[in-house]
Amino acid sequence: MIENRPWLAVLSHLVLLVGVAVIVLPIWITFVASTHPGEVLMQAPIPMWPGDKFLENYALVLGAGVEDAGGVPVGVMLLNSLIMALSITFGKIAISIIAAYAIVYFEFPFRMFCFWIIFITLMLPVEVRILPTFAVVANLEMLNTYAGLSVPLIASATATFLFRQFFLTVPEELCEAARIDGAGPFKFFIDILLPLSRTNMAALFVILFIYGWNQYLWPLLVTTDESYYTIVMGIQRMVNVSEQLPVWNLVMATTILAMLPPVIVVVGMQKLFVKGLVEVEK
Amino acid sequence: MHKKVIFRHRWLPYALLFPQLAITIVFFIWPASQALYQSVLLEDAFGLSSKFVALENFIALFEDPHYLGSFKVTIVFSVAVAFLSMGFSLLLAVMADRVIKGSMAYKTLLIWPYAIAPAVSGVLWFFMFNPTVGINAWLLRQMGYDWNHYLDGGDALLLIIIASAWQQISYNFLFFLAGLQAIPRSLIEAAAIDGASPMKRFWTIIFPLLSPTTFFLLVVNIVYAFFGTFGVVHATTDGGPYGATSILVYKVFNDGFVGLDLGGSAAQSVILMAIVIGLTVVQFRYVERQVEY
Amino acid sequence: MAEVRLNDVQKVYPNGFKAIHGIDIDITDGEFIVLVGPSGCGKSTLLRMIAGLETVSDGEIHIGERMVNQLEPADRDIAMVFQNYALYPHMSCYDNMAYGLRNKGMPKDEIEKRVREAAEILELAQLLDRRPRQLSGGQRQRIAMGRAIVREPSVFLFDEPLSNLDAKLRVQMRVEIRKLQRNLGTTSVYVTHDQVEAMTMADRLVVMNEGVAEQIGTPIEVYERPATMFVAGFIGSPAMNFMDAKVEGEEVVVGGKLHFPMPNGTGALEAGREVSLGIRPEHLDLGGNGDVGLPIKVELVEHLGADTLVYGYLPWDTQNLVTLRMQGSQEFPAGHEITLTVSHDHLHLFDKQSGKRI
Repeated sequence: MIENRPWLAVLSHLVLLVGVAVIVLPIWITFVASTHPGEVLMQAPIPMWPGDKFLENYALVLGAGVEDAGGVPVGVMLLNSLIMALSITFGKIAISIIAAYAIVYFEFPFRMFCFWIIFITLMLPVEVRILPTFAVVANLEMLNTYAGLSVPLIASATATFLFRQFFLTVPEELCEAARIDGAGPFKFFIDILLPLSRTNMAALFVILFIYGWNQYLWPLLVTTDESYYTIVMGIQRMVNVSEQLPVWNLVMATTILAMLPPVIVVVGMQKLFVKGLVEVEK
Repeated sequence: MHKKVIFRHRWLPYALLFPQLAITIVFFIWPASQALYQSVLLEDAFGLSSKFVALENFIALFEDPHYLGSFKVTIVFSVAVAFLSMGFSLLLAVMADRVIKGSMAYKTLLIWPYAIAPAVSGVLWFFMFNPTVGINAWLLRQMGYDWNHYLDGGDALLLIIIASAWQQISYNFLFFLAGLQAIPRSLIEAAAIDGASPMKRFWTIIFPLLSPTTFFLLVVNIVYAFFGTFGVVHATTDGGPYGATSILVYKVFNDGFVGLDLGGSAAQSVILMAIVIGLTVVQFRYVERQVEY
Repeated sequence: MAEVRLNDVQKVYPNGFKAIHGIDIDITDGEFIVLVGPSGCGKSTLLRMIAGLETVSDGEIHIGERMVNQLEPADRDIAMVFQNYALYPHMSCYDNMAYGLRNKGMPKDEIEKRVREAAEILELAQLLDRRPRQLSGGQRQRIAMGRAIVREPSVFLFDEPLSNLDAKLRVQMRVEIRKLQRNLGTTSVYVTHDQVEAMTMADRLVVMNEGVAEQIGTPIEVYERPATMFVAGFIGSPAMNFMDAKVEGEEVVVGGKLHFPMPNGTGALEAGREVSLGIRPEHLDLGGNGDVGLPIKVELVEHLGADTLVYGYLPWDTQNLVTLRMQGSQEFPAGHEITLTVSHDHLHLFDKQSGKRI
């Protein structure tokens, strides 16, 4: 700060506290609601302090699920989400890093053409090609499979660009030294490039894990079998129960469980997350 | 574009690119071309035959008041989400850039909504505004406003705007903060020596210098509002009441997947594609320009 | 140990740019050759062609008995030290040095032995477990040298290895590299743009300019009998003074006023031929009893401590500064007029068109 104006500092903190309240309050209210018995949440105003049904509610949703919404245990949905998110994350990182390696370190016919094909994926989010993509997945008999949930989402222009960008900053002499040391394209990639990319892979892991976990439309399309539901799309089934009031305490417990894994990843790996976010958009 | 030192290998580069290209072609390019193809066809009621109808599907769309309404809703929605979220984030970023004590703690507390899925954010706010149990709805009622997003289209639209903007706050906050911290301290000190008050400094020095970040975020937020918010709508209002929250992405899903109108849905897809391509081009031209600086 | 022969070696880039114009060099076993020239002269390209990092467009490169044009760098029996060291940042110094040996499939104890030996020679023993980023520039340089030594190659290639070090360390490493090379007796090719490094280290110099080897010779040959005006101007500091002159009978005349005798060994030249007369700053004498006196109006004096540099103009030529280098320290006011003399053994004559020594 340039000049010493105490009231400005106070104002700054005040505004920031309001900001924090806007962020935290909805989550607090959700958490509080998830710890009360269902009867308490029938009429406003609802309590603002946690109740005593924390263990009961969470155990119920994790083990048995919400009956009105098909009764799929949230534990199963969490597992499905985890499988989908990790498959997407590792799949994207794996196929992007080798594609970037080919584009940066090799000279071959159609190199630019391949680059543009990958680039085009940026312009075709699932949302703009819903039906035909669904048809492809159905024809390949990948509906209601983990492969169907993850494989169509693992092509990634942004991850490929990020690795390409990073490879371009690796000094050329390193590759030359490796060639003199007798390392061919495989050895150079495994022994030198891969270890050097560790930070970038970790940063990308955070971003992509959140991306994978938070998928909504895609699982909605390719799963009809409830045992393949993911948690983020599963909540919707509990909210939109036909002709009845949602069982709010259980819905809110599920909501907390749905946001917990990605929030832990972001807060736990804050530095990598910020790095990943900024670099992906470069 | 690539290195001076390069490997030569007959098949390795193709093998390395194969997985990425195969997935791109099978799940991206082929379906997109199918959408283009279907958008000029009309299927009969039983899906047994189809005939070429040129632009008829598109003309039908633009004569359909529901589609035009959806377009209008989407524009109001996107602009509102972008301004609400960016404005609030900018305010927070400017304050966080000022404070010395606790700035790390504020940052940690402000970034995690990024991890929350738009659909989940929708459910959070759906609950808080629920007419019977929601705390916000209750507060509004105490103030004399009878909130009901099940019946009132305006309330429903406001609900998805708030939920969508809230989810995007942390993303905008991080980029604004990074942009602010990239402004050389000496410039602001020079302005202070020139006698500019903090408010004046913000509008005459900081805000103009921040404009590349602002523009970048504007594009990102609009893309987000157009394509990233399907979950918010689908998990809460389901496009209702009476189409008041039926944004384009929701409509293309609903008409195609629920209504099974192949040609119409394909034509909507093509229009959405054109919008993404337009926005991507704008974004990349901007990035190119930034490189020149 | 091996000799290296370059036979009409050329490099043409795909865009048609000709970087190397056909170079012949015979490097004998154990010789230390320095490629020197301004940036962009092709010296690094030539080195990288010997290393196998650049393809050879035409001509042949032999290392020992083998023609190596088509061989991979790893198969040429060479080792290279890079300007930015090119150490693998994620490996310990030990692993940096051992990596190439492992790739060859050398037994573990043999690798251990070689690395320990090299570390001993370079006084690196304590650093072997560290990562490159924990080391100073000089230490990194040594690790890079160590990586080259453990391979026990036929040829060392150095690509400006000292240019990232500070001046003091550079002088120290220069001496060390030379000592090491003598002890190992390994044929070496060393690229630098620094003429002091080139003069002090080389058995023979190759002075390059625009893809051409202007002169190949020992440092003394190159200094005393530069083959072209380019070499004369590039080697020696401060640079040689050049004056436009005309041949008149047995004399060379500058500006119609100064009559120099023909330098030793120059035959009769046709009258009226346009030539360039070169005199090194250190060969000009203040007063003294040289053959010809140059009247100079002093413009500027620089004191280097041991030496003094005096810059001035001939009365009829205010375009070209004449530089004088004299021992000790002496003060001249600007505008002061002095007379400089030069002995005729120290005159260099070049053809004005071709720049070649006459």
